[in-house]
Amino acid sequence: MSEQLIQYFIQFSYFAAAILFVLSLKWLSAPTTARRGVKAGEIGMLLAIVAALLHHEIVSYQWILVALVLGSLIGVPMAVFMPMTAVPQRTALSHAFGAIAAALVGTAEYYLKTPHLDTFTMVALILEMLLGFLTFTGSLMAFGKLQDLLPTRPLTYRGQNFVNLTLLAVAVLIGVYLIANPGATHLFPVFAGLCLLFGVLLILPIGGADMPTVIALLNSYAGLASAAMGFVLDNKLLIIAGALDGTSGFFLSIIMCKAMNRSFTNVLFGAFGQVQVSSTAVVEERPVKSATPSEAATILEAASSVIIVPGYGMAVAQAQHKVRELYETLSKRGVEVRFAIHPVAGRMPGHMNVLLAEAEIPYDKLSEMDEINGDFPYADVANPAARHDQASPIYGMPILDVDKAKTVMVIKRSMNPGFAGIENELYYMDKTLMLFGDAKGFVGEIIRSLSNNARG
Amino acid sequence: MTTDLITGLYIFILAGFLGFEVIRRVSPLLHTPLMSLTNAISAIAVVGSILIAGEQKSTLSTVLGTIAVTASVTNVVGGFLITDRMLKMFKKKDQKPS
Repeated sequence: MSEQLIQYFIQFSYFAAAILFVLSLKWLSAPTTARRGVKAGEIGMLLAIVAALLHHEIVSYQWILVALVLGSLIGVPMAVFMPMTAVPQRTALSHAFGAIAAALVGTAEYYLKTPHLDTFTMVALILEMLLGFLTFTGSLMAFGKLQDLLPTRPLTYRGQNFVNLTLLAVAVLIGVYLIANPGATHLFPVFAGLCLLFGVLLILPIGGADMPTVIALLNSYAGLASAAMGFVLDNKLLIIAGALDGTSGFFLSIIMCKAMNRSFTNVLFGAFGQVQVSSTAVVEERPVKSATPSEAATILEAASSVIIVPGYGMAVAQAQHKVRELYETLSKRGVEVRFAIHPVAGRMPGHMNVLLAEAEIPYDKLSEMDEINGDFPYADVANPAARHDQASPIYGMPILDVDKAKTVMVIKRSMNPGFAGIENELYYMDKTLMLFGDAKGFVGEIIRSLSNNARG
Repeated sequence: MTTDLITGLYIFILAGFLGFEVIRRVSPLLHTPLMSLTNAISAIAVVGSILIAGEQKSTLSTVLGTIAVTASVTNVVGGFLITDRMLKMFKKKDQKPS
């Protein structure tokens, strides 16, 4: 093949890959076409990698091959054996990988070309490395918190916001200085170090409940770092793919913020933890009604419409499959069973849907908050199988109107305030029955009672 | 200001708007697969990493490039695989497992 032809092939492949990536996301919009979307993305990526390998600047394939094999050896087990409850951690880790790739390529480019770098390339390089390095350590911190390697509660100290903002300001100032004087190589490690440190400090004050927003935001940063790399290398495909990832992450974090009635700045600088301390102080002992599994079974049997509201507690107790059995048992008896999913149920956007789909619950039974809220008054029983409250009384937060159902049953291990550390009015309502116990065991007993009743 | 910069900015902004419109239509049901798919797609940084690792202009750039290729290939392979694994689980009622 002549050199000219190879050039055409490379450019055409990048162009085709860009189109395939857009189609890939378009097809992901509905579950029926989603898998086609993955195929499109895979073909696009394959084309892009082949094209990259054909560049005539490449003199040796030895290290590329080593890296390709090594990357596959790490990537495949991470995808195939990862339990679905651990998907948020895996996602955080992959943001870290993506970000460090961008940051390292930026670093290599800088050392290769300094001081012959024009202002524009330097701006793109500095942005690439700022986003890359901070997303790398930030995502590792998020991974640590999600994996429970680090304390999930927010770590705060006096003057935290001041320290963080000063650090960022210093990093940006050094970045600007480097843009003006690309030859100042002695400042470069300082810049990289400050960005890495800022990533750690940024995630320290963020609590477990805010993780969905933060993961989405880090997703966005990783994408923008790739886009910046596209500007540095003058590669349009990188710009497009990075912009797609950047907007997607940004969009998801906005949805998560809305779902929690918080603003961006509030999530990043708010440190939720302080609010909780004051609210738990005013808790008083109030009577609650509780019920046994067989009582719960009797109520469920008599119901015509049941809405199950799963929380992360269900996943922790590994009760998804028991919940599916309950759904099947009740459906067989003509009870209409549906699932109401709060946008921030689970630990990343859409996480609860994946967990229920894994338990083979049909996705057309899963409803989003806005679709199903109007139906609660018609539901005889709503069952928030939640150990931490989704229907939280945090003022202004969008809630599932569970309290409008005729009967509410809550499965919880004890009356201790859950994950969010906030008392729930729902538990003290007259129509609420508390089902104390382990979600998996309790649902199992309800199913047993149901089948006993059927026989008797 | 070079024309490359201007073209690049046009492309960035248009792709951003396009991405926003496309992603707005993704059902909240699939937000987790969406994130893992966009993560795999943004591993397109592999293109830049391959160039740096293959050019072998300096030891430092080759080492950094090789690490970068490893990291992005991990995302490419892992991202697409786990997205597909998740999507396979989404079934309608009465739909036979595929």
